[in-house]
Amino acid sequence: MPELRFSPAALAEVKRLLAHYPADRKKSALLPVLHLAQNELGPHLSVPLMDYVAGLLEITPIEVYEVASFYTMFNTRPVGRFKLEPCRTGPCALNGAEDLIAYLEKKLGIRDGETTADGLFTLKSTECLGSCGSAPVMQIGEDYHENLTFAEVDRLLENLKQRAGR
Amino acid sequence: MPKVTIDGQTTEVAPGTTILAAARQIGGALVPPAMCYYSKLKGSGGKCRTCLVKVAAQSAANPNPMPKLVASCSTPVADGMVVANLTSPEVLETRKAIVEFLLINHPLDCPVCDQAGECDLQNLSYAHGLQRTRYEFERRTFEKIDIGDRIQLHMTRCIMCFRCVYTADQVAKHRVHGVLGRGDAAEIGTYIQNALDSDFIGNVIDVCPVGALTDKTARFASRVWFLKPMDAHRACTKCSGKVALWVKGNEVIRVTGRRGAYGEVEEFICNECRFDRKELGDWVVEGPRRIESTSVISANHYTDLKQLHIVTQKHLEARRLAGAGPEGSRPRGPHEGGQADPAALISG
Amino acid sequence: MILEHAGNAEARTLAGWRKLGGYASVEKALKGMTPEQVGEEVKKAGLRGRGGAGFPAGLKWSFLDRKSDKPRYLVCNADESEPGTFKDRYLMEHLPHLLVEGMIVSSFALGAKTSYIYIRGEYMYLLRLLEKAIGEAYAAGYLGNDILGSGYSLDLHVHPGGGAYICGEETALLESLEGKRGNPRIKPPFPASQGLYGCPTVVNNVETIATVPHVLRMGGEAYAAIGVGKSTGTKLISASGHIKRPGVYEIELGKVSCEEFLLSDAFCGGPKNGRPIKAVIPGGSSVPVLPLALFLKTAKGEARMMSYESLADGGFVSGTSLGSGGFFAMDESACMVRNLWNLTRFYHHESCGQCSPCREGTGWMEKVLHRLEAGQGRLSDIDLLVDIAKKIEGNTICPLGDAAAWPVASHIRHFRHEFEYHVKYPEKVKDPRHGEREPVAMPK
Ligand SMILES: Cc1cc2nc3c(=O)[nH]c(=O)nc-3n(C[C@H](O)[C@H](O)[C@H](O)COP(=O)(O)O)c2cc1C
Ligand code: SF4
Ligand code: SF4
Ligand code: FES
Ligand code: FES
Repeated sequence: MPELRFSPAALAEVKRLLAHYPADRKKSALLPVLHLAQNELGPHLSVPLMDYVAGLLEITPIEVYEVASFYTMFNTRPVGRFKLEPCRTGPCALNGAEDLIAYLEKKLGIRDGETTADGLFTLKSTECLGSCGSAPVMQIGEDYHENLTFAEVDRLLENLKQRAGR
Repeated sequence: MPKVTIDGQTTEVAPGTTILAAARQIGGALVPPAMCYYSKLKGSGGKCRTCLVKVAAQSAANPNPMPKLVASCSTPVADGMVVANLTSPEVLETRKAIVEFLLINHPLDCPVCDQAGECDLQNLSYAHGLQRTRYEFERRTFEKIDIGDRIQLHMTRCIMCFRCVYTADQVAKHRVHGVLGRGDAAEIGTYIQNALDSDFIGNVIDVCPVGALTDKTARFASRVWFLKPMDAHRACTKCSGKVALWVKGNEVIRVTGRRGAYGEVEEFICNECRFDRKELGDWVVEGPRRIESTSVISANHYTDLKQLHIVTQKHLEARRLAGAGPEGSRPRGPHEGGQADPAALISG
Repeated sequence: MILEHAGNAEARTLAGWRKLGGYASVEKALKGMTPEQVGEEVKKAGLRGRGGAGFPAGLKWSFLDRKSDKPRYLVCNADESEPGTFKDRYLMEHLPHLLVEGMIVSSFALGAKTSYIYIRGEYMYLLRLLEKAIGEAYAAGYLGNDILGSGYSLDLHVHPGGGAYICGEETALLESLEGKRGNPRIKPPFPASQGLYGCPTVVNNVETIATVPHVLRMGGEAYAAIGVGKSTGTKLISASGHIKRPGVYEIELGKVSCEEFLLSDAFCGGPKNGRPIKAVIPGGSSVPVLPLALFLKTAKGEARMMSYESLADGGFVSGTSLGSGGFFAMDESACMVRNLWNLTRFYHHESCGQCSPCREGTGWMEKVLHRLEAGQGRLSDIDLLVDIAKKIEGNTICPLGDAAAWPVASHIRHFRHEFEYHVKYPEKVKDPRHGEREPVAMPK
């Protein structure tokens, strides 16, 4: 298990973020720092990791748990290496979102919300991504993949597998 | 000093007073029920929506009504404001709906719940509820958990009033529990196994309007209406030492703050008084405690329990058929028997 | 006007943006105007908030408590999460400097020394893009100490959300910016007196703020001359659904008819699958749905226009709302029961859980709708839904409760026959695509 500590670069980033808010309002940096923690030491926010963040921002652990469990982008449970987040909301549903999700379920052999046995992919359908005009759409990490076809999904997953060295 | 009229009664209040506080100043039946507001907890109120009232005229300067019902606990009065609570059919209709919403995910097991008799939700549903729920889906349930060795959390009953959260912040000044998750999946919890153990944390039990937070040190579960509350005090270094003792014979069953007007304790008490002083000899007993008129301990409410019986019977029947006891694994007091028959309990 | 340089790669860099006339409003305001004069122009422009409620921006600014000795804040709402809405994303992606410019002049008008752009966490790539633009603006002296030698100083930061629609509600947004759960606050107090950190605060939508430089460039009166009546200026509309040409369009308010917007090739280009359009939700998922006929013509039979007033004509009985400009259209194959179930699931998922009607009511409605959608409902479920929605509406802490109730009320008001169909023909509706094979006929 990697040591639960930010790299010097990430610590510098924490410092930069803290400078955005009044000195007595360190808690304000909680969301950006949780994103940072999840990216650098994730992919999920374990209790020790959240406690570490609480220490950095001088707040209590429960304040971090409350926040992390409120927002959907934070993974409070273990997830796969890649989180696939297709949009499932109304406008997208009119243009193939449901088919896309069904295709992903079949292709990965898991249900929405589950993780593949090899720990590579978590499928988690999400609400409107602000990309309704280019449905169906899926977010992976920070990237948007729009106007998806099944063939493109195949290619995408292939690329991710390669990136993971499998 | 602003003047405000509520259900036809006029009173003068200090500027900044809320409608609810003004109503309490007048007193009587026109006071809106409050499930989440607690005058001693800053930031409380606004959430349960049981205290909604109609503002028929906003002020002398602006006699127009407010377009929506407002939460009386968090809306300040203005001079010349006219408010309707019980005199507004819209308010009563809406309150009924709020009670229905609050009961959707609340177990209908009052006859066998250990909070029965001092549960604000139970009182509220007698006064304002429907006879029958229209909700036909499975209710949200949680496992009962111990948060420390003295407090038990039965989240299934929680109505998300946030009072215990404010209490931990403001009274105990140390908070390890909070609101986790969101929407109807939100719950009160500690996230990791953790004990609530700061000096004044026991007060979460007293502020909880339902039986979600309970005292594990209470000697044995007993219907509250079999207990006699007594005012008592002791010299305490941490708090005022003024408590209510709940006794049966010579036994102190449990210790709580003195619940007074509108279900609020007069003073918060420390953990030592609440949890560790269970001998009558620890206390100077002042005399029997006046029982609140809103409480079902007062005799005229026994009959009301029958009303609830109509609602719960179906539910309990279903559970019995499913082979479950009326209330899972809860330890039973001597009056309850194994497979409790709610009707027997009510008349007993 | 707003989108004039969208798509031009030059506009994305500070140098390029300046070549296109960018940052002129900063020079004009900071060097030649008082903050009050800037506010006055915005008032004269009649600029209405573009985030959904359409509240006049100038008026909102005038409510800001300027007597308080606390710092004042301007917070830009870039949380854009209302289903159907993707205009702010488009604007920020193509014209990041326009937003930065708008933030500078608006902050100046409000006397804010620190301002924030709160952007939904999913738009992290845009956060980086905006931070780059902000960095350029600092380097060029448009941000930081003593901007352009005017004596005015401003710091501007971008703050990410974490995935919660409710953080678009302005007080939930402020809570989130303070590092808390996105629970809307109980009002009063309003942000104008106690907002961020308890200080006087204005929250405005991305598009609202991006319009301010244009108002200053042309003057408030000239801006007010664009559009019709109280619908002044232009509005971005993001169009999606069963149409040929989805995308973000800028329209002059009140000058484009709904028919033109839906059918003309300059905009949506009509239905994409050859099936007639059946229903339109013109302002994001929270506004009432209208059947095509009522979308094209008001109940009085007048042509409906794309403006705040015309879309609202008929109230919630036969009208709707321009909302955030998240326009989506459904053709005959769409199942209105399934659509409503989907949208209700959204509100259920996004309810913060603070107040009982919304926390409990949204989930209840979703469950009833799920049963109806699957052909397992009863006729009485339809009225039950209407009743639950009615009991939520107006009784909650924040408008999310209303936003969840309105689609239910309007879908059932205008498409009750489809809900009844689901009760009468459970076999047919087992297939969620039943509408593709056999559209449910509109009653005459
Ligand atoms: C549930 C909910 C979600 C909202 N989401 C957004 C949003 O994503 N973006 C936005 O600008 N306004 C949103 N609003 C409206 C804001 O509360 C606020 O009115 C707006 O940001 C004010 O800006 P404006 O006056 O410039 O429109 C939302 C409101 C509610 C109740
Ligand atoms: S546990 Fe009790 S006090 Fe705490 S939020 Fe729930 S109902 Fe309120
Ligand atoms: S209406 Fe819904 S989202 Fe708004 S405060 Fe209440 S529970 Fe939260
Ligand atoms: S509905 Fe899918 S991105 Fe908006
Ligand atoms: S007591 Fe006023 S809303 Fe709960």
